[in-house]
Amino acid sequence: MSANKESWGSRVGLILAMAGNAVGLGNFLRFPVQAVQNGGGAFIIPYLVCFLVMGIPLLWIEWSMGRFGGKFGHHSTPFIVDTMGRNRLWKYIGVFGIWTNIAVAAYYCYLESWTLSYVFHSLAGTFSGMDQDGVAAFFIEYVSLGESTFGIPYEPIVFFLICLLLNTWILSQGLAKGIERVAKIGMPMLILFGIFLAYKGFTITAGENGAINDSTVGLNFLWTPQYDKLWSPSVWLAAAGQIFFTLSVGMGTVHCYASYVRSKDDIALNAMSAGWMNEFVEVVLGGAILIPISIGYLGIDRVTELVQSGGLGLGFRTLPYLFYQWGDVLGAISGMMWFGLLFFAGITSSLAMGTPWIGFLQDEFNWKRKPAAWSFGLIVLILGMPTVLFFNYGVFDEYDYWAGTVSLVVFALLESILFAWVFGINKGWREIISGSDIKVPGIYKFIIKFITPLLLLWVFLGSLFTPKGGDWGKAIAGDWVLDDSSIIKKIANSDLKAKIAAATDPATVNQLQDTLMFVNGSRILLVVVWLSIALLVYIAYKKRVREGRI
Amino acid sequence: MNTSAIIVMLLTLGTVTALMLYFFWRVMNTPPKPEPDSYLDNDDEPGRQEPLP
Repeated sequence: MSANKESWGSRVGLILAMAGNAVGLGNFLRFPVQAVQNGGGAFIIPYLVCFLVMGIPLLWIEWSMGRFGGKFGHHSTPFIVDTMGRNRLWKYIGVFGIWTNIAVAAYYCYLESWTLSYVFHSLAGTFSGMDQDGVAAFFIEYVSLGESTFGIPYEPIVFFLICLLLNTWILSQGLAKGIERVAKIGMPMLILFGIFLAYKGFTITAGENGAINDSTVGLNFLWTPQYDKLWSPSVWLAAAGQIFFTLSVGMGTVHCYASYVRSKDDIALNAMSAGWMNEFVEVVLGGAILIPISIGYLGIDRVTELVQSGGLGLGFRTLPYLFYQWGDVLGAISGMMWFGLLFFAGITSSLAMGTPWIGFLQDEFNWKRKPAAWSFGLIVLILGMPTVLFFNYGVFDEYDYWAGTVSLVVFALLESILFAWVFGINKGWREIISGSDIKVPGIYKFIIKFITPLLLLWVFLGSLFTPKGGDWGKAIAGDWVLDDSSIIKKIANSDLKAKIAAATDPATVNQLQDTLMFVNGSRILLVVVWLSIALLVYIAYKKRVREGRI
Repeated sequence: MNTSAIIVMLLTLGTVTALMLYFFWRVMNTPPKPEPDSYLDNDDEPGRQEPLP
């Protein structure tokens, strides 16, 4: 019998935990950059369409799969999917729902530890008096494990350990007393900090505190619709990708949280409430901070240049400097709020990543919650240390790409096929509407059966065979050259190999060759972790057969 | 701000905020199901117990 007898404390607590799972750093750092790069205000049209036809269906699929599996005492995806498909191989597809979380937590906890460290640095006034290059240099020094301004040796490692210990301890407290309690504190704080920073983002005046533009310039830049971009498949692909990552679907965490909901209780309204809460944080708050503030002080050209390297650079290398344009006190408070907001967004997500592994050990091997939580902490520490120590060699990015990007699409595609075609849309539909507190529109039966799997297939194939420069017109016309960002080119390390071939400086060549070695090493490590979890699933299956539970 | 940017921004922010508030309001105002339900809070409240057959 499973040692897992946990429950959520309250319905609001579950929704906040589920929204916290979805709300992550990407809501504030990825969304605005994606919007700027993909048509400004026009991006919101494909974005909301994808939310309606892919995001909401996937949320309902995952909530109902989780609740269905929970009826049989399963709290992790291998055996949840096993109850839905007769083929014995399904449970190995479910391995993705544990593996993704462990691998993502390994680098995500490190990212989370930066935000924690930056909260303290903001309060301590580290960035006061620094110019923009100084703040950027601080970040580079930090991730290179350079000298700490706090005088702590190997400060990034110390903060990583603090963050990991905090996550593990909260997880060990259980669903209601640990995760739910943090969500009930973290989500309101995050929204409060976000509203304050959004207000600042909306009220920048040119000429005041060194601002060169009114906030309207940044808002224009973000929201002016370029309708011609709506015809570009790349924009739709980017919108679908953003919806996908922002909702934390395809990970196995939604299944796990929902598996603690009883079959007579609602999931349809819960999923909508948590989903729209995530959208509010992303579109309303996320869209009002990073871009308007950056453009207010740096101008459009500089920000356009900076967003090429992603939102992470803007968030950590630029914003701490910009906040200090408002004076030392407000600069410190705003820095604390910005990184505090990111920290709450991060921790509510990383806690969710621990639950599938813990549920698996409790269900299959009768582990108690506490040792199961500490085992998660230990695994994440071992798997996460390479991302800390070899950050500059691409290990962090490699984990992010395979576990945090590709794996989500693969798992979501397979689970949507399982739900609609193997389990059957009629049974699936009954699961979605069972106990529902809202009327689920009947059109979603059709969307879940046809549109969602097809869209996911398109996202997957689009990532697998991305044409050079995202030029789909040229590719469809017959000149299909793969882009270096496509999965196939990534597997072959084409970009890295081209850089090695082009480099002439021996030091650069050495650095690139080391990077290639670490990139391949990280992939091997990730494969070994996947196989180890698959082996555990096999052992658990054999144990079930021995005990007559199958 | 230019007109099209204002329209897109206000429509989007208004719609997303309204839907978020509406669904959360629905959650808060839907009467809980009789015990035993999925949630620990108020487990012992007499008014929420399932009527005996």
